[in-house]
Amino acid sequence: MPLPRLIPCLDVAHGRVVKGVNFVGLRDVGDPVELAVHYSAGGADELVLLDITATPDDVATMTSVVRAVADVLDIPFTVGGGVRTVADASRIIESGADRVSLNSAAVVSPDLIQEIADRFGSQAVVVAIDSGAGVVHTHGGRTPTARRSVEWAREAAERGAGEILLTSIDHDGRRAGFDLTLTAEVRDAVGVPVIASGGAGNAQHVADALRVADAALVASIVHEDPAGLPGLRRAIESCGVHLRPWKE
Amino acid sequence: MSEVVIVDYGAGNTRSVQATLARLGHSSVVSADPAAIASAWYVVLPGVGSARSAMAHLGETGAATAITDRVSQDRPVLGICLGLQLALESSEEDGGVDGLGIIPGRVVRLSDERVPRLGWSIVDPWGEAYYFAHSYGAITADAVATAEGVTAAVSHGSFLGVQFHPEKSGRAGLAFLDQCLSLV
Repeated sequence: MPLPRLIPCLDVAHGRVVKGVNFVGLRDVGDPVELAVHYSAGGADELVLLDITATPDDVATMTSVVRAVADVLDIPFTVGGGVRTVADASRIIESGADRVSLNSAAVVSPDLIQEIADRFGSQAVVVAIDSGAGVVHTHGGRTPTARRSVEWAREAAERGAGEILLTSIDHDGRRAGFDLTLTAEVRDAVGVPVIASGGAGNAQHVADALRVADAALVASIVHEDPAGLPGLRRAIESCGVHLRPWKE
Repeated sequence: MSEVVIVDYGAGNTRSVQATLARLGHSSVVSADPAAIASAWYVVLPGVGSARSAMAHLGETGAATAITDRVSQDRPVLGICLGLQLALESSEEDGGVDGLGIIPGRVVRLSDERVPRLGWSIVDPWGEAYYFAHSYGAITADAVATAEGVTAAVSHGSFLGVQFHPEKSGRAGLAFLDQCLSLV
């Protein structure tokens, strides 16, 4: 098994990085290119850029952000938000992203997963699941569906998703730890790697998540103290979880 | 002649390889032109996409022959990820695909607990961690490095192939590419 990954997530709105708590209440925190380089230099194993507005007007803006990030970043990055068609995925990957993340669009059109995987390989397709009370929520976590999150994860992996990005809406923004039970259930249900997301408040939380998942997504704990990513890595290591060897 | 040629096979992400080469001071061009591949001082066969469509594209453009000719003339080619896998004789991917046949051996579906294999692994005997993202792996006597039992690098004459992505492997990856290019 590859080493557990620590993945900062940048929420992007209209070309700027913003911070979201429980998916509402945003404030501007910075330039995506600057922050991407900062986190890469600080020991991020990978990055996720999530276009949280993704209106048709944002397509050109996001494409240029992806290009600018690809030109300076020397670690992998995934782009999510607004990927609704194979053409959207192609545009993002051809702009330099390693992988695309599908959320609501995959729930609405599950065939999209296989279509993108056929073209770019499963490793290029992440299916993001926003889970609340055990069921899948779409549209930024606002709309509950009748689908069980664990079942949807299994189906997405069978359809060609190369990784599941599992966010617990119940835990997100509360900083009280990840939903370890749900994460373990999803990971047991699929044969692909799983990224745990939602609820990181300290290094122990992240270390606990990395014992049940392949990677952990972190947002506010690193956005509020971007200089603290190397410190977070060290603290995770001292909790007994070994990340990749990395020196400042 | 001063440019590195990154072989184009119609499947996406060559931008990161170009950007990394630029950081090392090397200009590059993305091309499937056999003449460009033949005359370049260094050729990179990058790795995104599926084996079948990549081989079809390389065959149609004449790039496949240009690459094998280069290696038979002992001129350097670096294969990355799928670019390594294409150099072998055959792959199980897409129901079975013939490769370039530069390296004896075949490519098989990984039997790891989780596939695709995604993330950083320490490459033995080099002792550095690099980033991997793949579902298939090479089985060959020409393996020169491994990561958790998976072939991480192969060397055969002037062809060097790596399963990991040096362009996505931070400083270790940059140092690796720098060394590859400085040996020419």
